[in-house]
Amino acid sequence: MKALSQKRRHPLAALALLVMGLMLTGGLYAVVTTVNQAKADTTTYTAQEVQEGEKLFIANCATCHGLGANGTDAGPSLAGVGAAAVDFQVGTGRMPMQMQGPQARQKPKQFTTSQTREMAAYVATLGDGPALPEEQYIDGGGDAAVGGELFRVNCAMCHNAAAAGGALTRGKFAPPLAGVSSSHIYSAMVTGPQNMPVFNDTNITPEGKRDIITFLNTIENQGAPGGAQLGSLGPVSEGLFLWTVVLGVIIGFTIWLTSRTS
Amino acid sequence: MSTTQQTPAQETPFVPATATGRITNFVDERVGGSGILREFGRKVFPDHWSFMFGEVALYSFVILLLSGTFLTFFFDPSMAETHYSGPYVPLKGVEMSVAYDSTLRLSFEVRGGLFMRQVHHWSALLFVAAVSVHMLRVFFTGAFRKPRELNWVVGGVLLILSMAAGFTGYSLPDDLLSGNGLRIIDGVVKSIPVIGTYISFFLFGGEFPGTAIIGRLYMLHIMLVPAMILLMIAIHLFMVVVHKHTQYPGPGRNDRNVVGYPLGPVYAAKAGGFFFIMFGIIAFISATFQINPVWNYGPYDPSPVSAGTQPDWYIGWVDGALRLMPGWVFNIPMEWHIPFPWGTNTLSMNVLAPALIPAGIVFTLLFIYPWIERWVTRDNREHHVLDRPRNAPTRTAIGVAGFIFYCVMWAAASSDLIATHFEVSLNDALYWMRALFIVGPILGFIITKRVALALQRKDREIALHGRETGRIVRLPHGEFQEIHAQLDDYKRYKLVGFESPVPEEGIPNENGIVTKKENLRSKLSSFFFEDRVAPAAPSELEAGHHHEAITAADDDKAITH
Repeated sequence: MKALSQKRRHPLAALALLVMGLMLTGGLYAVVTTVNQAKADTTTYTAQEVQEGEKLFIANCATCHGLGANGTDAGPSLAGVGAAAVDFQVGTGRMPMQMQGPQARQKPKQFTTSQTREMAAYVATLGDGPALPEEQYIDGGGDAAVGGELFRVNCAMCHNAAAAGGALTRGKFAPPLAGVSSSHIYSAMVTGPQNMPVFNDTNITPEGKRDIITFLNTIENQGAPGGAQLGSLGPVSEGLFLWTVVLGVIIGFTIWLTSRTS
Repeated sequence: MSTTQQTPAQETPFVPATATGRITNFVDERVGGSGILREFGRKVFPDHWSFMFGEVALYSFVILLLSGTFLTFFFDPSMAETHYSGPYVPLKGVEMSVAYDSTLRLSFEVRGGLFMRQVHHWSALLFVAAVSVHMLRVFFTGAFRKPRELNWVVGGVLLILSMAAGFTGYSLPDDLLSGNGLRIIDGVVKSIPVIGTYISFFLFGGEFPGTAIIGRLYMLHIMLVPAMILLMIAIHLFMVVVHKHTQYPGPGRNDRNVVGYPLGPVYAAKAGGFFFIMFGIIAFISATFQINPVWNYGPYDPSPVSAGTQPDWYIGWVDGALRLMPGWVFNIPMEWHIPFPWGTNTLSMNVLAPALIPAGIVFTLLFIYPWIERWVTRDNREHHVLDRPRNAPTRTAIGVAGFIFYCVMWAAASSDLIATHFEVSLNDALYWMRALFIVGPILGFIITKRVALALQRKDREIALHGRETGRIVRLPHGEFQEIHAQLDDYKRYKLVGFESPVPEEGIPNENGIVTKKENLRSKLSSFFFEDRVAPAAPSELEAGHHHEAITAADDDKAITH
């Protein structure tokens, strides 16, 4: 202790103190929070599934993602992307990709549900990543109003407030969300496919994600109280409809009215 | 005294037989209704469908007043904060303004409320569209010429007022979509040098969005703007009565008469019926097609911005101009930092220029165009017979150029939807539209002028040689010829009854000098009238018919034209 007190006026003492303080707070933070902790995949896959998944991977994915899924110039490494990423990309038909482009396009699914699960099992073994969503968060039993607020703040700038989709730069786009399954919406939020950012569990808690899914289910199922929606695209489709259909009908009537006398 | 004065009263005063007749007579003797009816009932209106857009605008305005009054019974323009507790589940408990809350209640809890909101919104869109189409018709047929120049200006003011009415109404529900639009207006206002920030603060009662703007827009929307529109409509219609209606060219029609049917009873019945037809169409559309679903957008909050945010169609062109404007032109930034002794001030030309310049160009040209044409042609006569658009090629071409200029900006406001729905890159769509913004009007001008001249030539050809009958005749020497049939006089009149001014040299003033202004007029005159097709003159027609007679008589070799 004496040695320590003698050195307390050493020129580097302040620096040492700073380092110690940072180590302490950083260490405590790491211990207390679970933010940056890569989630261990709690889903249990059988060895059989992993094996089958690897075979499917080598036959269908390795061309771009590399034999050990280490990535090539044509596709990224899949270590740590998690089972959720496979579930979303393969489950919605985006992978295997039809062609290189600004964004992988959705197309009919190429694999069955069990094949997708096998590939997810294989990819999950490559490194810790987001697991398949838990049932309790995708049941659509959350609070739609809270979900709506979260959606407007976090999602509407790309997907549109009515989830009708929107354009991004250079041919990229945020797709409309009607018809996307709850599980895929959840997976998309945790894995950030294509140009979508990752919304991790501190950004939007799993309960928040559940609320968002509830909101999306609600607005999709409620229908349109005011009649035909014209694509939910807002003033553009309304204006187009007015200038073509409404004005067309009115012009038809004016022609009828003025043709009767002459 | 009293007895002497009784004599004139003995002129057997008219006493109607029935009670209704007596009441009518009582009113008529005091108001003079029959005199008014005699005057107005005999006003003659020519029949053409394109003359009815003004009526469409008027009727949609009436529907707007009626449905708008209904909405004011339930709408509360307060920006006080509240929590929604109505039946719409996805917004339950959400914090929002009273204005948005009352719009939701109006939509979901008031019987017929949503229907009336949709009636109001659809007829608002239709109102501005009808005003615009009406103006296009007036422009392309030359109906703005003397004596109607001032009425054209009143019409232009009505267009601006209808846009103002639309915009102030669009913002009232205080939903996310309209709030985003208001934020853009705030940005444009703030880009005005020196006074912009002050105007924004006065307008919003402090920093955007404040708690005052909805109430202020509401007062403008339900009092000032509609009152001004009503006043302008009154002036507009008064001038229509004074000037009488224009008519399309035809046999027996000239600048001193109007050929058509009187207001009473034919037109009164037609116009009355047309109002109900319009009401029916709008009611049907409002009952079956959803418009501005504010519940989808959520309450306004300055932080979220939704993708696909556009204004209603009539403000679209200004939004489009903002989207088209590049932040950098080549290597020159459009945001200028100007050093002053007191520090650096910013001038955001990337916002200010697109917001003000295109609208400035469009409205300035729109307002002064009648005087430009009047000055160039030195035409001081009254015109009550309209031009067919092809018979004024340069005017039609200018109109189309302006129309394209407008439409490119209009389309640019939906650049994001063009990108997603036609699967093109948003950037490419914008680059193309930037090019079209410059090139489109020029191409439009050239092509339209050529098309108009070509149509005129075809008219001339038909007037001179008749129409093709499809009957091929073989002549004795073996030549095949198609027989042309002459038009009847009524049809031919339409093809030859127009004016085609010739370009004018500059006229020297009293000192014998052609002034610069006069020189400019002469240049503009050539620009307008250099390329021209003269209407077939009677002598040419005579010669043409003679020529037809020769060929029909199977005379020797026909002179081909």
